[in-house]
Amino acid sequence: MTAATAPTGQLASTISLGTRLAGFSHLLALAWRRDRILIPSSVLGLVVLAVGSAQATLALYPTDEAASTGLAGVLSNPSVLALYGPVAAHTADALAVFKTLMMGAFLTAVLGFVVVRRHTRTEEDEGRLELLGAGVVGRWSALAAAVTLATIAVVAASVLTGAGLAALGMDVTGSIAFAIAWMTAGLAMIGVSAVIVQLASTTRGAAGLGFGFLGAVFALRAVADSADPGTFVHALGWLSPLGWAGHVEAYGANHTWILLLGVLALVVGVAVALAVLDRRDLGAGVIPARSGPRRAGRLLAGPLSLVTTLARGTIIGWAVGMVLGGVVVGSLLGSVADMVSDPAIQDLLEKLGGTTGSIEDVYVATEIHFVAVAVAAAGIALVLRLVGSERSGLGEVVLSTPTSRARWFGAHVLLPILLTAALLALLGAVVGMVGPSASPRAPSFGAAVGATLAAVPAVWVMIGVAAALAGAAPRFAPFSWGVLLVTFMITEIGPLTKLPSWVMDLSPFTHLSSLPGGSFEVVSAAVLTLIALALMVGGYAAYNRRDVA
Amino acid sequence: MSDVISVSGLRKSFGRTVALDGLDLTVREGEVHGFLGPNGAGKSTTIRILLGLLRADGGTATVLGGDPWRDATELHRRLAYVPGDVVLWPSLSGGEVIDLLGRLRGGIDEDRRRRLVERFELDETKKGKAYSKGNRQKVALVAALASGVPLLVLDEPTAGLDPLMEEVFQSELTALKDDGRTVLLSSHILSEVERACDRVSIVRAGRIVDSGSLAELRHLTRSRVHAVLDAAPTLEEVSSWRGVHDVALDGTDLRCSVDAEHLGALVATLGNRGVSSLTCQPPTLEELFLARYQSEPADAPAAPQAPQEQPA
Repeated sequence: MTAATAPTGQLASTISLGTRLAGFSHLLALAWRRDRILIPSSVLGLVVLAVGSAQATLALYPTDEAASTGLAGVLSNPSVLALYGPVAAHTADALAVFKTLMMGAFLTAVLGFVVVRRHTRTEEDEGRLELLGAGVVGRWSALAAAVTLATIAVVAASVLTGAGLAALGMDVTGSIAFAIAWMTAGLAMIGVSAVIVQLASTTRGAAGLGFGFLGAVFALRAVADSADPGTFVHALGWLSPLGWAGHVEAYGANHTWILLLGVLALVVGVAVALAVLDRRDLGAGVIPARSGPRRAGRLLAGPLSLVTTLARGTIIGWAVGMVLGGVVVGSLLGSVADMVSDPAIQDLLEKLGGTTGSIEDVYVATEIHFVAVAVAAAGIALVLRLVGSERSGLGEVVLSTPTSRARWFGAHVLLPILLTAALLALLGAVVGMVGPSASPRAPSFGAAVGATLAAVPAVWVMIGVAAALAGAAPRFAPFSWGVLLVTFMITEIGPLTKLPSWVMDLSPFTHLSSLPGGSFEVVSAAVLTLIALALMVGGYAAYNRRDVA
Repeated sequence: MSDVISVSGLRKSFGRTVALDGLDLTVREGEVHGFLGPNGAGKSTTIRILLGLLRADGGTATVLGGDPWRDATELHRRLAYVPGDVVLWPSLSGGEVIDLLGRLRGGIDEDRRRRLVERFELDETKKGKAYSKGNRQKVALVAALASGVPLLVLDEPTAGLDPLMEEVFQSELTALKDDGRTVLLSSHILSEVERACDRVSIVRAGRIVDSGSLAELRHLTRSRVHAVLDAAPTLEEVSSWRGVHDVALDGTDLRCSVDAEHLGALVATLGNRGVSSLTCQPPTLEELFLARYQSEPADAPAAPQAPQEQPA
C-alpha cells in the first residue's frame, strides 16, 4: 500500500466492486435469517389474498357473460375505479382479480419497502450496522443485501401468485401479466426505498417518507383512474408506480413491457442511493437530525402527554391523510350520480358498504369501511408502542417514576381511542363539506360525520384486541396485525363470495350501522363498545400482574 | 426505621434459568451500599424487583417500608433510578427528558438541575439518538440527582463516563451521603465502590456471598506479607506456620499471604527470627472481589450458569 497522498475521505472512484461489496453474502444470509418468518408468511398472505379471492369470484361468475352483463356498469364507476383501479376487460378472469390487483400491488410495494428499511436504516439507527461495518464489510454491502432480499421477496410473491392464478385455469398470459403488475410496483418501490433510507436519518423518518410516498402515489392513481381515458388527468397515472400496475391491464391488453419501467425505477433508485451512500457518514441522512429544545414544554408532564408528543408526526400524517381522502371521496360524489340508474352498481356497493339508500350514501358507506380499517391500523400501531417501549427499556424508565402501570397502560390505549374517533370525524367533516358542492344528493355534513363516527366502535374493538395482547402476551402483540388483516379480508371479500354468516359475524366491521342512509343501530354499537372495553380492561388486568422488562 | 431496603430469601426464575436463588440484602438508612457481582449474577434482576417491575417468585422484599410490587407507585415518589443501559426517546432532547422525568417524579429542584447540568457539562439540546452512551447516562444521572428523593438506585451509573465525569459523580455521591440520603450502587468499578461505599454486598449466581463493611470483608480475607529476614528459613518450616499460604521463598526474601486471624502470630514469629524489612498489605477490593467471584459456592451446582441479566 502506498502512502496516502490524497486526503482521507476523498471519494475514491477506484475502489473495486469486490471491496465495496465485501461481506455481501454474509449480510444477505443474516438478513434472510432474520426474515425467514416475515417474508415467507407475507408472500403466502399475498398469494392467498389474490388466488383465494379469484377462486371465490370465479365460483360466482364463472363465465364472461355472467361477469360482463351483471357488472359492466360497476366496472366503469369512477368511485370503484378510484379504489380498486381499472378493470382490464369485461371477462370473468379480469373480474376475478379486479379487487386484488391494486390492493396486492400496494401490499407488494409495502413488503419491498419494509424489507429494505429493516436491513438498512433501521440497522444503522440501532447502531448494529456500526458493529458490522467495522468488520470486513463494504460500504455498499448492507444496501445491496437489503435490495437483493427485497427483490427476491417481491419476485417470489408475484410469480407464485401468477402461477396460482394460472393453476386455477385462468388465462396464462393474463396470469403472467398479473404477476408483472405486482412485480412492477414492488420493484419500483424497492428503488424508491433505497433512496428514502439514505434521505431520512431515523427509522421513523424513513417510515414517514415511505408510507407518505405510497399514499401519494395511490392517491395520484386514484384520481387518474377515475378520470376519463385520454384526458390529461388520466395520463397523470403514469407518474405513479401503482398506476403502472393498473396500466399493465392484466387479463386484457397484457402490457407486459411495463415491467421495464419497474426495473428501470429499481436500477435508477439503487444507483442514486449508492451515490449518496458514497458521500454520507454512517448514521447520518441527507435530511439531518435536528437538535431539540433545552427545556421541555409545559405540556410534557405526564404519560398521556408523553405518548402524544412522541406520536406527533403520526398524528399529523394521519390527519393530513384524512383531509386528502375526504376531498377525494367528496369530490367523486359528483360522478357517482351518473351511475344512479344502474341497479347492478347499487347491488355491488350495497354488498361492500352494507347499507341501503341513495347511491351517494352507499358509496360513502363503502369508503368509510375502507378508511375505518386503515384508521384501526393506526390505532393498533399506537397501542403496540407500549410493547416497543417495554422492549427498548423506556417503559422501565417511566415505570420507575411514580407513574402507575394503570396510567402508563391507559395512556397507550386512551390516545388511540381518542385519535381514531377524531380521525374518522375529520374524514366525515371533510366529506360533508366537499360533497354537497359536488353533488346535491351528497350526505349532509351531519350525516357524513355521524356515519364516520358510527364506524368508531368497530375500530375500538381492534384497539381492544391489540391492548389485550400487549397486556397479556406482549410477545404475541404483533398478531394484532393478523387479526386486522383477517377482519379486513372478511369484510372486503366476504360479501362478494357469500361466506357463511357466522364467519362474517366475526368481523366487527360487519356489525356497523348502515350509515349514511340507514339508521343507527344503538345495540350493536353498544355491544361493540362493550367488547372493546372488556378487551382493554382484560389487557390491563394482565399487564398489572406480569413482569415488565 | 433504619433499614431502607431489606430483602430476604428472594427468588426469581425466567423459565428454567434461575436468576435469584434466595438472595438477602440489607441497605441501611443513610449509607451508600455497593452492590457487586459478575455479569449475570442477578444484580439487575434484584433491582428490577425492588422497583416493582418484576414480581418475585418467593422471599420477601421491603423498600422504604413498603412492598415494592404492591406499593410501587407510592414508593417511586421517594426513589430515583438510573438504569444500567440508559435509553432515551429518540425524538426528545436531553433537556426535555430531564424535565419530563422530574415532573413524573412530582417536581424538580431548578437550582440543583442547573448546577448538575453545568457540572456534568451536558448539552441539553441534543436529541436522544445523537447522544453517546456516556452522555445518555449523564441525562439519566442529572434527572435522578436533581430530584430530592431519599433513595437512589443506581445500576452501573458510571460505566460510560470519562474519568473527569466520574470524579464529578464521586463528589455528588459524597454530597448525597452528607445529605443523609441512601444509595444502592451497583457497580463494576471497584475503586468507585471502595471510595464511596460504606458497605458492600457481593452477589454471585443469584445469592449474596458476602456482605458487610470493607473492614469486615477484609477481616475475612488474607493479607499479603513481604518480609526480608535475617536468616533464611526452610520452605517446610514456613509452610508449617498456621494460616500461612501461597509461600514464595527466595533465600531470606519471603512472600506469602496469611489469614487475618493469624497475622499477629506471624508477625510475632517473624520478629523472633529477626526482620530487616516487613510490609503487610490488606487485601484490595479487587482481591476480595476476585476471591468471591472465583471460588465455587459450596452448594452450587457444578456448572454455574450465567442467569441472564436482562430477561428478554
